[in-house]
Amino acid sequence: MSVTTLPKLSKAQFDSLGRELDELRQRVIDDLGEADRKYIYDVIKVQRTLEVMGRGLLFAGFFPPAWVLGVTALSVSKILDNMEIGHNVMHGQYDWMRDPALNSKMFDWDTVAPAENWKHSHNYIHHTYTNILGKDRDIGYGVLRMDEGQKWNPYYLGNPVYACLLMVLFEWGVMLHDMETEKLLSGEKKWSETKGVRQRIWQKGLKQTLKDYVLFPALTGPMFLTTLAGNATANLVRNVWAFSIIFCGHFPSGVQTFTEAETENESRGQWYYRQMLGSANISGGPLFHLMSGNLSHQIEHHLFPDIPARRYPQIAPEVRAICEKYGLPYNTGGFSRQLTSVFTKIVRLALPDSLWGSPSGPPAGTVGSGRAVRAA
Amino acid sequence: MLTTGLRFLEALATPHGVDRYLELIHPMLTIRELRGEVTSVHRTTRDTVTLTIRPTRRWRGFTAGQYVRLSVDIDGVRRARCYSPATSQHRDGHFELTVKAHESGLVSRWLHANARPGLILGLSQAEGEFTLPAERPDKILLISGGSGITPVLSMLRTLSDEDYQGTVTFLHYAYTEADVPCLEQLRDLAADKLVLAYTDAAGGDLEGFFDETHLRKVAPWFAEAQTYLCGPPGLMKGVRDVFADLGVSDRLHTEDFAPAPITVDAADATGDVTFARSHRTAPNSGATLLEQAEAAGLKPEHGCRMGICFSCTRVKTEGCVRDVRNGALSTDPDEEIQLCVSVPVGDVAIDL
Ligand code: FES
Repeated sequence: MSVTTLPKLSKAQFDSLGRELDELRQRVIDDLGEADRKYIYDVIKVQRTLEVMGRGLLFAGFFPPAWVLGVTALSVSKILDNMEIGHNVMHGQYDWMRDPALNSKMFDWDTVAPAENWKHSHNYIHHTYTNILGKDRDIGYGVLRMDEGQKWNPYYLGNPVYACLLMVLFEWGVMLHDMETEKLLSGEKKWSETKGVRQRIWQKGLKQTLKDYVLFPALTGPMFLTTLAGNATANLVRNVWAFSIIFCGHFPSGVQTFTEAETENESRGQWYYRQMLGSANISGGPLFHLMSGNLSHQIEHHLFPDIPARRYPQIAPEVRAICEKYGLPYNTGGFSRQLTSVFTKIVRLALPDSLWGSPSGPPAGTVGSGRAVRAA
Repeated sequence: MLTTGLRFLEALATPHGVDRYLELIHPMLTIRELRGEVTSVHRTTRDTVTLTIRPTRRWRGFTAGQYVRLSVDIDGVRRARCYSPATSQHRDGHFELTVKAHESGLVSRWLHANARPGLILGLSQAEGEFTLPAERPDKILLISGGSGITPVLSMLRTLSDEDYQGTVTFLHYAYTEADVPCLEQLRDLAADKLVLAYTDAAGGDLEGFFDETHLRKVAPWFAEAQTYLCGPPGLMKGVRDVFADLGVSDRLHTEDFAPAPITVDAADATGDVTFARSHRTAPNSGATLLEQAEAAGLKPEHGCRMGICFSCTRVKTEGCVRDVRNGALSTDPDEEIQLCVSVPVGDVAIDL
């Protein structure tokens, strides 16, 4: 483990960084139009077609190739629904179209996690307090130890096991996320406060379960179990994929976390700085970006969570150039590299830091003054 | 039976809804959402276009004088405007809209330029209280100006379909003869009841703007009649004043079709902010709408307070707001805005 020091940016530099990124955002906003509408509707068309095909093929699920094809189509459909469509639409990326079908307030996605709960924990909490220890509950999701700043205790010995469980059951994990279970356990939050969240979980979870595990299997009659297994497999594939992409967005080595103290009274430029340093990209081709909902461009997404995701690859070179200009890191790498790095971290943090000879607790310093960061 | 079937389909289509799948086969196949297909297009004057629209099956029809909200996607953005059908309410299965292309009218100009048979539009159920009573009055005076002609023309056509035996006069104001939409049809329909007044040209039955002499000439029986009026603000005011002077305001029924234009002065905090749902109004302090709402004692839903999470999105029903991030103005009524990054420019009403 080596220690690198980030460049210090002066107040003027932070201000001009903020200005440059604001201008970039504005240029994209001014350019939004028919092409963006057509794009998202094309993706939706592909997704819905795959879904219908997948469900249709499962009617012939007694014939193994049909089952495999059906599950594949359904898995891809669920991935597109959750990543490029659901995640992005619910971020308000398409609200400017004023189309109720693609409005962040009305859209819901094909997972057991209710849109309303997710928008609170993700759009608000995670995107506002990105990587601030103690505020961003996406650091470890209240279950894992994903940063040295989280104090080690023997519970974390199970880190790799919890991570694997979370991967397999990802949609259920996301569903429970807004319950803030760890706060309930510590008494910081009262059970009665979770009423709305619980109601939505119950309603959404029931509908989704009914659809995938009762209605569609029943429709295929004697194929009940085969269809049920097919739907469960598609959900599992989607879970594993979504988990992998999302974990590569904030947990590879080199990604920074921040303390509440050092992020107090952030300027616009400092906010951008934190978003940039707290995120990591995955390199890949257009199909990979599509399947990851363009969250492979996590850095661009965190700078501009509300602009249509198809624009991220277009602006990535410019963002990268801005990073270079200010001497800031732009964390990117291939899928397997980022994923390996994430899993290494999960395993390493399962054990007390003293074992690796590194200090525990967040390092001192402020965003404004530049700070020591650790790179694995 | 039908509803059980529908609920079953919806359970299968959850969470997206059946329409989201059906529309991929054909946009007119929707079950819940209303759509309309343009079946014919006539450009009757140099700046008006008449569309015949066949709505999807759940459309419940309209009563003469009502309007529908029509929406089209222009440059990726869905734009909705209200228009009154001009046809008789007794024509089943389709209706007609006459749209005047205003110079600054985004939707009307787009429709004038782009409408063609086969175009699919978004529709709402008909709304509005500007209608004839179910028991038709003995004497009816219809007054319209410009594109305000559509709701009253619909009334006239409806009456004609009903073989109305009472007295009816139709007084319409236009700049010149060339500005009267569907003139031939109008003459065929009601030559004896039609009075055309041209404000900018000779050759009409009357000339100039509405006044008491116009009224006495076309409908000396106005005091026993019910009068229905729709037109531009100038005409509306003229008629209202005359009716008030004559003490017959209670016999006048009106519909404003053109909202007062918004004058924009982005610099200062003027006007009042109205939080419509909670019935609160406060002078505009120049702060963001989220802050002003909180200052007024409301607790609007919000999250980041910096424009990224969209928790604070609300519908602005009237007025103009400025986005503090880039100065962009939103002037359309019924537009969604983010309270935390919007400041009011003049009078604004929010659905909050
Ligand atoms: S509070 Fe987050 S967008 Fe307004």
